[in-house]
Amino acid sequence: MTNEISISYLIFLMPLLTFVVNGLFLGRKSAKGAAAFAITCNGIAFASALYLAIKFFTVGLPPIVFQIPFLKFAENFAANIGLLVDPLSIMMLVVVTFIAFMVNIYSVGYMRGDRAEGRFFALLSLFSFSMLGLVAATNLFQMFVFWELVGVSSYLLIGFWYHKPSAVSASKQAFILTRFADSFFLFGIVLVSYVLQSFDFFAINSITLSYFKEHTINLGIMTVTQADALILGAVMIFTGGWGKSAMFPMHIWLPNAMEGPTPVSSIIHSATMVVAGVYLVARLFPFFAVCGNALELIMWVGAFTMVFAAVIACTQKDIKRILAYSTLSQLGYMMFALGACKIGSAVITTGWTASTFHIFTHAFFKCSLFLIAGSLIHQVHTNDLDAMGGLRKKMPVTYICALISILAISGIPPFSGFFSKDEIILAAFQGHHYVVFGLALLTSGLTTFYMFRLFFLAFHGKPRSESVAAGHVHEDFAMTLPIAILAVPALLSGIAAKGLFEHFFVPGKLRVPQLVLLPEAHWIPFVAVAIAVLALLIAWVLYASPKAKIERALDDVNRGGIYKTIYHKFYFDEMYYCVVRQFIFNGVAKIARNIQDYVIEGLVAAAVKFVHILGSLVRTAQSGNLTFYLGTLIVGIIIWRFIGNLPF
Amino acid sequence: MTLMNCLILAFLLFGIGVWGLIHRRHLVGMLISMELMLNAANINFISFAYFTASDSTAGALFSIFVIAVTACEMAIALAIVVSMYRRYKSLDVEQLRDLHD
Repeated sequence: MTNEISISYLIFLMPLLTFVVNGLFLGRKSAKGAAAFAITCNGIAFASALYLAIKFFTVGLPPIVFQIPFLKFAENFAANIGLLVDPLSIMMLVVVTFIAFMVNIYSVGYMRGDRAEGRFFALLSLFSFSMLGLVAATNLFQMFVFWELVGVSSYLLIGFWYHKPSAVSASKQAFILTRFADSFFLFGIVLVSYVLQSFDFFAINSITLSYFKEHTINLGIMTVTQADALILGAVMIFTGGWGKSAMFPMHIWLPNAMEGPTPVSSIIHSATMVVAGVYLVARLFPFFAVCGNALELIMWVGAFTMVFAAVIACTQKDIKRILAYSTLSQLGYMMFALGACKIGSAVITTGWTASTFHIFTHAFFKCSLFLIAGSLIHQVHTNDLDAMGGLRKKMPVTYICALISILAISGIPPFSGFFSKDEIILAAFQGHHYVVFGLALLTSGLTTFYMFRLFFLAFHGKPRSESVAAGHVHEDFAMTLPIAILAVPALLSGIAAKGLFEHFFVPGKLRVPQLVLLPEAHWIPFVAVAIAVLALLIAWVLYASPKAKIERALDDVNRGGIYKTIYHKFYFDEMYYCVVRQFIFNGVAKIARNIQDYVIEGLVAAAVKFVHILGSLVRTAQSGNLTFYLGTLIVGIIIWRFIGNLPF
Repeated sequence: MTLMNCLILAFLLFGIGVWGLIHRRHLVGMLISMELMLNAANINFISFAYFTASDSTAGALFSIFVIAVTACEMAIALAIVVSMYRRYKSLDVEQLRDLHD
């Protein structure tokens, strides 16, 4: 078993090594060397993760926990740092290392000629290292440390092109908004660990509330039962994931984070950052299950974000933004699938399995879609669908891979997305959450519609920009290779991993009644596929059929009010800016500024004035009169010697 | 001649020196007053050496040493006085107040 543990060290050390070597030494000297080193190390990390996964799943080992004390707060209360190896974390390790490996290869092409290529590869590895540490955390404390590292490295990468003001503001927005959510997360950790006297996931996951109902706890402002404190803590901890996974209304940072280089968007959206929130809820699922209506909240937040983002995505024209909103929507799926597990006081586990399965399949096709978007942008030099069209002939490999990934995200069998999405919808149905079930079916249709809208407008029709028509467009090998590789799991990971997930992925030991006999609904996949195909046809009629009016479809000026509202993302960015300007800049900041200007500066000025007056009093003695000096000297000596009581 | 007589002489000489140092406005006059004060101290040395010390040579030697040091000091002081006079065309300390605040 020690063999496996040492292999899993390699998974973490390789990205860290890349960060250190590229960041300190290699990055400045040679961009090519940095890229080669990053790809090699990430490849080794991926191979180790894959080896560990194969060992784990073929032998069927029990979960392994390996940890060492890190910070000792009190007797019996220490924050450990270590490795947790169970099916969920192994799945994430494989996904993260694989995506990081692919993105590193892709970046060779995408970042070619950038001034700071070495820095890019260093930060990319820091990013994957932070996420790997997060998924392998054995306790909340370690998770929080890496959670913040993920936040910092995403800040550095989104603002990678720091000479662009929009990138700088997007990175600040992402960091501040997730930090805002993280402050709740920290409060939740403190509360829960205070009540339970432990950070450990196993300890937190194995509680029952009935014991804590008898004890009270003083929170400073009020005294509540420990059970209530735990429920509050659970909601706070979820709030951390709420912000990190960019759920409504803290979603605005994610589409704006598109300002970073496309490989960064790709890795953020598929593996490293946004699924952290979903992973957190999945990891603490038994805890959330006992904590009152926490899962209900999670379900509604997820379901609303899912529909909301899908509606916005239908109108956007920036291809990266469409993909960003589609990520929001898919994260909504994962989140609500976790929440939908709760039926009254009982729990079903199909939603948990479906959600983790969707993390797995989504990572591949979403990474692939972003890499494809990056390729298009690299060739056409714009994000805008206005200037694309007719790329099918020029980029045939990209075209086929895009088709595979889009069919996967649309949930068309036998592509990977079908299996996971079908299970999520089934879980909502089995959980008797019929409203959410309906919303999920609707969103599945919307997803197909906007993805095919993107697909038809980008690849089909006539070229709408001169550079495409003139034939300057070609495929770059370093960029097309990872896209082609990712098409394989986008196609096959659903079929291949379905059995694995159903067999191994159960959310640990639950302390609430669990329903096992569930209604089977064989008609659901047919309905879901029918809706998807219908949406596909609508998209075809509107954007690709011979009679389609492309100009009309791309027009966003002469439109009705509803379309405009959606096109402007329900004016959420503006609301945020309004709140920030009016409330924070003109309110809080102004008050703080006044305090600074008048109170603090005034105190300093008064101190200066006092010293000045004192000085001018003393200064009168310095008259320049030699006689006066001598007289004072003599008088002083006399006083000192004869009158003063000095030890001479 | 007793020790007291000598001490009174030294005291008077020192008092005249202090009085001259404070009241003289001319720099050379002030230097002369300082010389008087130093000589009062020399008289003290010699008288204590003569009347009370078992070996009187030490006190006498010390006053010779003081005279030598004073000669050097005066040479420097007079050099400064000469250059000040060249610069300011005056040696009145009431007027030489460039170092005031």
